[in-house]
Amino acid sequence: MQATPDAATDLLGAVGDTPIVEMPRLAPHAGVRLYAKLEGNNPTGSVKDRVARAMIEAAVADGSLRPGQTILEPSSGNTGISLAMIGSRLGYPVRVVMPDNTTPEREQLLRLFGAEIVFSPGAEGSNGAIRLAEELAAADPDLYMPFQYGNEANPHVHETTTGPEILRDVPDLDVFVAGLGTGGTLTGVGRFMRARRPGVRIVAAEPLPGELVQGLRSLEDGYVPPVLDESVLDDRYLVSNRDAVTGVRRLLREEGLFVGLSSGAAAAVALRVAAEMESGVIVVLFADAGWKYLSSELWTRDLDELEEELEGSMLW
Amino acid sequence: MSTVRIPPVLREETGGNRTVEVRGATVAEALEDLFARHPELRQRVTEDGELSPFINVYVNDRDVRYRDGLATEIGPDDTVILLPAMAGGAR
Repeated sequence: MQATPDAATDLLGAVGDTPIVEMPRLAPHAGVRLYAKLEGNNPTGSVKDRVARAMIEAAVADGSLRPGQTILEPSSGNTGISLAMIGSRLGYPVRVVMPDNTTPEREQLLRLFGAEIVFSPGAEGSNGAIRLAEELAAADPDLYMPFQYGNEANPHVHETTTGPEILRDVPDLDVFVAGLGTGGTLTGVGRFMRARRPGVRIVAAEPLPGELVQGLRSLEDGYVPPVLDESVLDDRYLVSNRDAVTGVRRLLREEGLFVGLSSGAAAAVALRVAAEMESGVIVVLFADAGWKYLSSELWTRDLDELEEELEGSMLW
Repeated sequence: MSTVRIPPVLREETGGNRTVEVRGATVAEALEDLFARHPELRQRVTEDGELSPFINVYVNDRDVRYRDGLATEIGPDDTVILLPAMAGGAR
């Protein structure tokens, strides 16, 4: 038997085109329909497969990534794992700078895909990983840093794939909600909707950082990712770790959806938006599945205990 | 009185306090009252009279830039949250 034309010739061909499912039990009232786009269905289990593939393909095409170079990237997990898989397919070693307080699953997955890990101080959060990666990249010409926070391929891949997939599957959407990290998803999908369905509200779910991961020495150590175009956002909500955990639990219990912490936060924001709408259609992007969070027992531990622990860790 | 939450990076200017009670009907008035109580904060979080791009201001859970900015109205039960801009999450 021959493979059908739909079969990908390589795992990289299986990135994207993720399912969208309705969440009828989660919807707060009958006027609002809620849909989830399940980015955990990508090959390494997160939306970052899209970004990593786009950045590496662009870098190979324009010659900025050359044979023999090592790919270096600051990442608290998902992007690093995606790059490690892609690097292993294409023959580039991968080195990831990661805060030392993420979950053990991320370290395990990175090593399984053959990546080397450089740890940055957890108290400095993603900002600390970015700073260390920039220092390393500046000192060694054999390192190529795609740098998702500043790489236009990141929002661009969402503008050309994620956005069109959402509009194809839910043509009558009114609101799009996603977590805010690099800003790539919100910026790219936002730009696409501005052009194709201008009335769509673009809403960011932003983590309220725990006290212990706010270890900035000064405000100027703060960081606004260059790829984030704040002009495409219509609203921006803070979500506490507690509300994010409550969100992942409700998603599992009520909709059978096993998702990561940022998805719980995005769902919490979608519900806040839904509560203020009489009618309408909301699409929420769930950036990853729950597998990488199993060791933190998000679903089973006492909420107060968990909240205290999350103050000092970087889970999304 | 409304509450302003102070991030760790700015607590030296508030004598270590995590929260400060302030008066004011808008975010701008609340911040003026905050600066009157803790004058060193003004130069830390503003540049030429504007809020620093490195600081985000929220009323309860919503970023004021997407509401009425510093003119956003607040009530006594509201909390104004100051947060340094940070690269987020599991990325």
